[in-house]
Amino acid sequence: MIGETMTEILIDVMGETCPVPLVEFRKALRKAEKGDIIEVKGTHPASKREIPMAAKALGSELLEVTEEGENWKIRVKK
Amino acid sequence: MEDKGEEIKTQKATLVVQSGDMDKLYSALIIANGCLSMGMEVSMFFTFWGLLSLKKGGLSKAPLSRMNFLGLGKWMVKRRMKAKNVRSLESLFKDYVDLGGKILACDMTMEIMGVTPKDLMDDLISDYCGVGTYVMEARDSDITLFI
Repeated sequence: MIGETMTEILIDVMGETCPVPLVEFRKALRKAEKGDIIEVKGTHPASKREIPMAAKALGSELLEVTEEGENWKIRVKK
Repeated sequence: MEDKGEEIKTQKATLVVQSGDMDKLYSALIIANGCLSMGMEVSMFFTFWGLLSLKKGGLSKAPLSRMNFLGLGKWMVKRRMKAKNVRSLESLFKDYVDLGGKILACDMTMEIMGVTPKDLMDDLISDYCGVGTYVMEARDSDITLFI
C-alpha cells in the first residue's frame, strides 16, 4: 500500500518478573496500529513462552524469538 | 477499552475478591492482569475483607494470610519481593485499570462496615453493586474465581 507507515515499538522489561513483561506487551499492543512491529526484550523465562501465546490469542503475528543466554527478544507484528 | 484494529472473540473472567490478605490480593491481581494481557475482559468484585483493602491506604496494611507474625513475616516477604523486582499491589492495580479491567465494590459490605465511596480509592472503582451484578457478569464468563 502506498504511504503505509510502520512503527517499531521497543519494550525493555529486562529484569522484570511476572506479570510485568506480559502486561507491558499487552499495553504496547493496545496502543499500536495494525502493521506496527513490537519488540520486547526481557529475561523472565516464562514470559518468553507466554508472550508468543498472548500474541496468538490476540490475533497478532509472531515474527521471531531470539535468545542469548538468559536474554530473549520477541518480535510481533500487530 | 476498544483496541485499535483488533478483531478477536472476547472471553471473560470474573473474580470475587473476598480476602484482604496481601498474598491473596497478589494472586487475584496477577491472574486478572494475565487475563487482560491474553485479551480477555475482566471484572473483579471486592467484598468483605477484600473491599476493606480498597480503602485509601488499605493496600499497604494488608497482612499475610499465613506466617504474618505481627507483620514481621510480611516485612520479610516484602523484602524478598523487592529484591526479586516484584511490582507493588498499587502498581498492579494501576496496570489492571489501564488495561480496561473493571473493579466492582460490594455495597452491602460498605453498609455493614460503615464505608462510603469517599473512604475508598474511588478513582479505581467502576461501580458499586450487589450480587445480581456479579451473577450477570459471571454467567457469561469463561473463568470465575473466588479468592
